[in-house]
Amino acid sequence: MAYQLLFEPGKCQGYANCLIEAPEIWDFDEDENRAVLRIVDPPDALRAKADASARCCPAQAIRVEETP
Amino acid sequence: MNRIVVVGGSLAGVSAIDELRRRGYDGELTLVGAEPGLPYDRPPLSKAALTRLVEGEEPDDLLLRPAAWYDDRDVTLRLGVPAAGLDVAGREVLLASGDTVSYDGLVVATGSILRPSSIVDQLPSVHQLRTSSDAHGLAAALRAGGHLVVVGAGFVGMEVAATAVALGVTVTVVDIAPVPMSRAFGPALGSWFRRRHEDHGVRVLCPSGIARTEEVGRRTVFDLAGGERIVADAVLVGIGTVPAIGWLEDSGLALGDGILCAPDLTTSAPGVVAAGDVVRWDHSLFGESLRIEHWTNAVEQGGHAAATLLGEPAAFDAVPMFWTDQYDARVRCLGRLSPADDVAVLTETERSVVAVTSRAGVVRGAVCINAPRRLAAMRAAIAEQRQVEDLLSAAPAAS
Repeated sequence: MAYQLLFEPGKCQGYANCLIEAPEIWDFDEDENRAVLRIVDPPDALRAKADASARCCPAQAIRVEETP
Repeated sequence: MNRIVVVGGSLAGVSAIDELRRRGYDGELTLVGAEPGLPYDRPPLSKAALTRLVEGEEPDDLLLRPAAWYDDRDVTLRLGVPAAGLDVAGREVLLASGDTVSYDGLVVATGSILRPSSIVDQLPSVHQLRTSSDAHGLAAALRAGGHLVVVGAGFVGMEVAATAVALGVTVTVVDIAPVPMSRAFGPALGSWFRRRHEDHGVRVLCPSGIARTEEVGRRTVFDLAGGERIVADAVLVGIGTVPAIGWLEDSGLALGDGILCAPDLTTSAPGVVAAGDVVRWDHSLFGESLRIEHWTNAVEQGGHAAATLLGEPAAFDAVPMFWTDQYDARVRCLGRLSPADDVAVLTETERSVVAVTSRAGVVRGAVCINAPRRLAAMRAAIAEQRQVEDLLSAAPAAS
């Protein structure tokens, strides 16, 4: 099932938990102290990691949404 | 399974609810919580939220989920009444009000409570920090300024020290340990934290015992074992927590330091799983029994216990992680940090540190200070049980 990641950079507080959970999807801007979403629509093989990155964001800045 | 009860208005409890509904469980779902309000996030209470409270602002974003989230999931909320007992044979939770709540499946996620302290018993005006209400009380004291004495140089104590000194409060930290944060990080990194705090003007009295305490008017006097006398306008005691399992003592559930769980987070009672701070289980990666009091563990175990309860058990073997923020030091820790393990510093600059811990040459843990982009590789090294030698030879200029 297709899905996409929704990231609200304004909510990001630089915890970097997403980067730990899914380094394939996330990068980090150390100057801005903020996560950087590299892939908006990751492949299905990364779904579990995408979910984990959303779940483990203390700032609730990440959501996974199914796409029709 | 038709009636699932989650006990604990906690991060682990909320995560369990999320996963139960995500997996299609459509029976009754009840959340029992000791505190009166909706479950909220605790880590900010010693950092950003405390700053805002001191500045007279009410943090409005601490709720883990808005009220509508529980409505959408058809969760019956029974908040403000702690669980007082468990009948595992009759499958009933007893509440402090005298009511009982029946279940087919139970998730125990009651978290931690403050460790009992003789200092707190002797000094009724001292502050501790676990709940939102505690944070409000501490903030009111900090707003008055003056001298804050922090007893206990652990996570909460040092985070509050950093927050308070930034607000212009004079701060002294007292602990019997040789360096701050030593139980979590050992002596080398503990010294790094000491320097950070001293650079920001915190007086760090480690090691220092307390010989005598006395309340004099609105102040608290500490006579230290070394002979010095310090006088506090406010006192925070941060000496850690213990698992909130007192209500289970007569239940027959297997308890130790926590609830003794199988690797899939089932307990010794049928239909009962546990998640978060209360869980003690054997972690396959580290070959030892762990109990973890950190945010991410609560999230992951909440979901994991829910899956087990719904009939999809698996061993919980996630690499643990936790963080602490003090001044501009964003400290991220992975795996198992044990004082008995060897520490190797891979890179160190004025601003950042990457260090790994190992036992018999095998990497077990990592600490990354202001080095977020190194985290994924460190986590992989722990999960793959790599040799510390390989990391050292690959590290750029580990001088």
